[in-house]
Order: sequence, then structure tokens, then C-alpha cells
Amino acid sequence: MAKAKGGVEEMVLKGKIKVPYTWYVGECASRFYVELRDNKRIFGTKCAKCNKVIVPPRSSCGKCFVPITEWVEVKDTGVVQTYTVVHYAVPGIQPLKPPYAYGIIKLDGADTGFVHVIVGADLTALKAGTRVKAVFKEERQGNMLDIQYFTPV
Amino acid sequence: MAKRVAIVGFGQTHHTTTRRDVNGVELINQAVTRALDDAHLTINDIDAIVIGNMDHFEGINYVDTWSIDGSGGYMKPIFKVCTGGTTGSTVAMAGFYHVASGMWNTVLAIGWEKNSESDTTGAIITAFEPVWDRPTFAGAVGGLAQDAMAYMHETGATLEDSARVAVRDRQHALNNPYAHLKLNISIDDVMNSPMISYPIRFLDMCPRTDGAAAVIYASEDKAEKITETPTWFIATSNRHDYTMAGDIPFGWLTSLRDASREVYKKAGIKEPLKEIDMGELYLPSSWAGLMWIEMLGLCKRGEGPKLVADGVTDMTGEFPINPSGGVLSCNPIGATGLLRVGEAAHQIMGKCDKRQVPDVKLALTTGFGGCFWSDVILLGKKKPS
Ligand SMILES: [Zn+2]
Repeated sequence: MAKAKGGVEEMVLKGKIKVPYTWYVGECASRFYVELRDNKRIFGTKCAKCNKVIVPPRSSCGKCFVPITEWVEVKDTGVVQTYTVVHYAVPGIQPLKPPYAYGIIKLDGADTGFVHVIVGADLTALKAGTRVKAVFKEERQGNMLDIQYFTPV
Repeated sequence: MAKRVAIVGFGQTHHTTTRRDVNGVELINQAVTRALDDAHLTINDIDAIVIGNMDHFEGINYVDTWSIDGSGGYMKPIFKVCTGGTTGSTVAMAGFYHVASGMWNTVLAIGWEKNSESDTTGAIITAFEPVWDRPTFAGAVGGLAQDAMAYMHETGATLEDSARVAVRDRQHALNNPYAHLKLNISIDDVMNSPMISYPIRFLDMCPRTDGAAAVIYASEDKAEKITETPTWFIATSNRHDYTMAGDIPFGWLTSLRDASREVYKKAGIKEPLKEIDMGELYLPSSWAGLMWIEMLGLCKRGEGPKLVADGVTDMTGEFPINPSGGVLSCNPIGATGLLRVGEAAHQIMGKCDKRQVPDVKLALTTGFGGCFWSDVILLGKKKPS
């Protein structure tokens, strides 16, 4: 037991807060997830002002600060913009068991990237610029992990 | 018109992994008491308080009122600030705004954290976007690692380059009795430390720390009556961009670049490396110590490694960085940004003992928040005109 300078035993109180959340993703993200779940198709939205195709879709462009209404389908292939190989384990939070790679994937037809895991790569040969393709889950539920992972092509 | 504002007192606790001897309120009280002593003031002299931490680290959601026995805030105006990693620097900015507004003459700014009280990854995940990004969340280090990788890819910086930063800040911490980590390490030690998330090794990364800091501000009407060595708030700026990983310009901390340019413009600074004397910079990983000094305009793109290797940022160099040992040696998150400001103020006041840089007239401080936003504050010895 730990003793303080004053000789008193330093007590600790253990606690745990477990809070359930329900995140309503909104109609814009819903449309993306329905297409992903039902048709294995990936969509972005296109800003009429800067012409950028944003994936995952947003209903307003943060840079132009205008509403976006146009939908554009993008490819399920793309490029790794940057990545890391994770060696530390955070059980219950990480989607895979380390070591594994994850990074920013920019799909063909999109102007922005998003974060996802990269599987099936020689982790020492992976680099920024590696081309990858989405592998979809068989049982899809309408979330980002309906894309199970990206793999080099 | 806005009042000119000075820092007239600074106090910090001793920092360590787990401060078992005090609870959060008592930890805050130690920093506040030391800041008041430093300024030769009492709590009765304080008109208002700004306080911040990251709620999820302690599971306490109303720190403003909860901490009142320790902060001295009973029946005073209190303002709570939380901006994630930048909380401490935003607390510093908010303290400045309070006094500059002319509404209060003396303001106490407090940043604190007991990181030991919860799970860092579990708490930090709340700073990440839940719908798109969290399903692939890998922990706090992942984003910094992707940032470093993008920088490596573009500039060809090496693992040895980043190791030099890790060694520099740890060597500096040996002069700071308050620092959490006092690691007398070499480049080889960093190179041989375990890989956490490539290219970030264990010794490239900041610790998690228990600690608190407090800074006292006074308006131009009071500052020179309180102390003969007020440190003046010269300029401040901050920038936010995006939180979603795919939108962040990895390898380029554009928020820091733009915020620093606004500060230089306000202060009339054209060559920061020459005109500013030192920096207390929020560098959460050694890689940040290469990339972000470029974003601050201390050197050109890709020249950060050379600036560090040439010793320019050492204690004896032209622009010492992190005489305190920096974030790599001490990281009580809600206090981390405020420690930068307090340390820089004490450098200008000449109160830094073994870690003192001679004759500091202008000192640059920064804050960094986990999804790549930035605060910048420039402090000076000379009262602004
Ligand atoms: Zn746009």
C-alpha cells in the first residue's frame, strides 16, 4: 500500500461510467449508408462552388459555406494518401488486432479522403501512393465497416 | 478601447504520472496558491477566473463550480473553457480576452488535468467524429503518426531527425524541477525504443501527466503596480480546420501556419527566428518538432531537421525551444498549453533558474489540439504601444 509523506495510506476510489449514445447520422449520411449497405456503391456530394467531390458526403461545404445538393458516385478504388502501422493494442476500440495498417484513402473520383484500415498488404512495402480497392462485408449494416477494409491492387 | 494586458504571476504543481497525494481540487489549489504567491497577491485581488480541463479525463463535467474550494472562485465570475488539447492555451487566450475587454482588472487562468484518473484512449476517443471516423479509431497516436508519415514521404526526413527532437526536449527537462519525465536519453535510446505506430516510437511521444498551472493577468492600470517585471501579451491568434481525418492536410499543420502569420503581422515580425528569442511550443511528438517549426516559419519547408541538428533550437542556440522540456516531458493535458504560456512569462521575467534563457524579450508559445487546430500566443518584455 502506498504511504504519503505524512504516513497516511493514500486511498483510491474505483468507478466506471458507461454511457450509451444514439447518434442520428442525418439524411445526408443515411443516403450514403443505404447505398453502401444495399448496393455496395460509394457516393459523395459535389460542391457547386468549388466543384470538390467530398467523400464521405457532407450537406454543406465547410470551405465555401454553401449547401450541397448534388450526389456523385465514386469508384471503390483509390490511393493511400498517408498511413501508419499500429503496433499498440487498445482492446475493445481498435477494429483489428495490431500490428495493422490504417490510413487516409482517397477514392478515384473523390477530392477528399477518409480514414480506413488496410489489410493484405506487406506492411513494410506499403507507402503513400499505394493503390487500393475496397473489400465489402458480406453482411452489411449501414456503417463505415461495411467496407471491411482496403487492400492493395 | 481594449486594455493592454500583462501576466503578473505564474504557478505550477510538481508533475508526475499519478499525484496520489492530492485530489483534483487540491491539485488546482497548489497551482493557484503558487501563482498568487508569485504575484504577491491574495485571492481577494482576483476579479474573475477562467478554468479548463478535458471533462472525460476525470469524469467531472462542471469543473468551474466543482473546483471552487481549490480555485478560490467562491462567488466570483468563472468561465469554463474546453478545447481539447488546446484547452490550456485557450484558457490563456480567454484570460487575456477577459482583461483586454476592460471588464475585469485581474483574472486568474487555471488549467489542470489528472490524466491518471481515466483511460486516455477511452477519453480521447470523444474528440473524434463518431459516425465516420470512430469505427477505425486506433488511439491517440494514430493521427500524429499519419501526420508524420505524410511529412516523411514529402520531405525525406528520417527517424534519426525526429530522435534529435526527442533527446533535446528530454535533456532540457533535466533543468526543470517541475517536469514529469527527467530522462537522460541518447539518440540510440530513442532509435531502440519500441515502435508504437510507425514512425512514432515510445520515446518520440509525450507522456500523460497529473498536474496544474495557473497564470494571473492584470490590466495596464494594475500590472506595473503588482510587479516590476510584467510580461506583456503582445498578440494571439487561433485557427481551426477540420476534425475528420480525411479532411486534415496531414504533413501540413496549416492551422499553426496561419495563426502564427496573423500573430507576426499583429506584432510586426518579419523574421521570427531572428526577432523572437525562444519558444515554448506544444510538440506532442518529436515529429511535430520538425514539421511545426517549419509551419511557424522558423525555417523553410523541409529544413526543420537541419535547424534542429545544427543546434539552433538548443539552450545555447539562436532560438531555444522548450527550455522546460516541453510536452514530451510533461503533459497534464488541460494545463499543457497554459504551462507553455507560464514558462514563457517566467523566462521573460528571468525567473527560470537552471532553465533560464539569457535576456528573453520576446517568447513564442503554441497550443495544439488533437484534430489539428492551433493556438499561438506571443509574449514580450516591452509594453505594447
Ligand atoms: Zn465548396
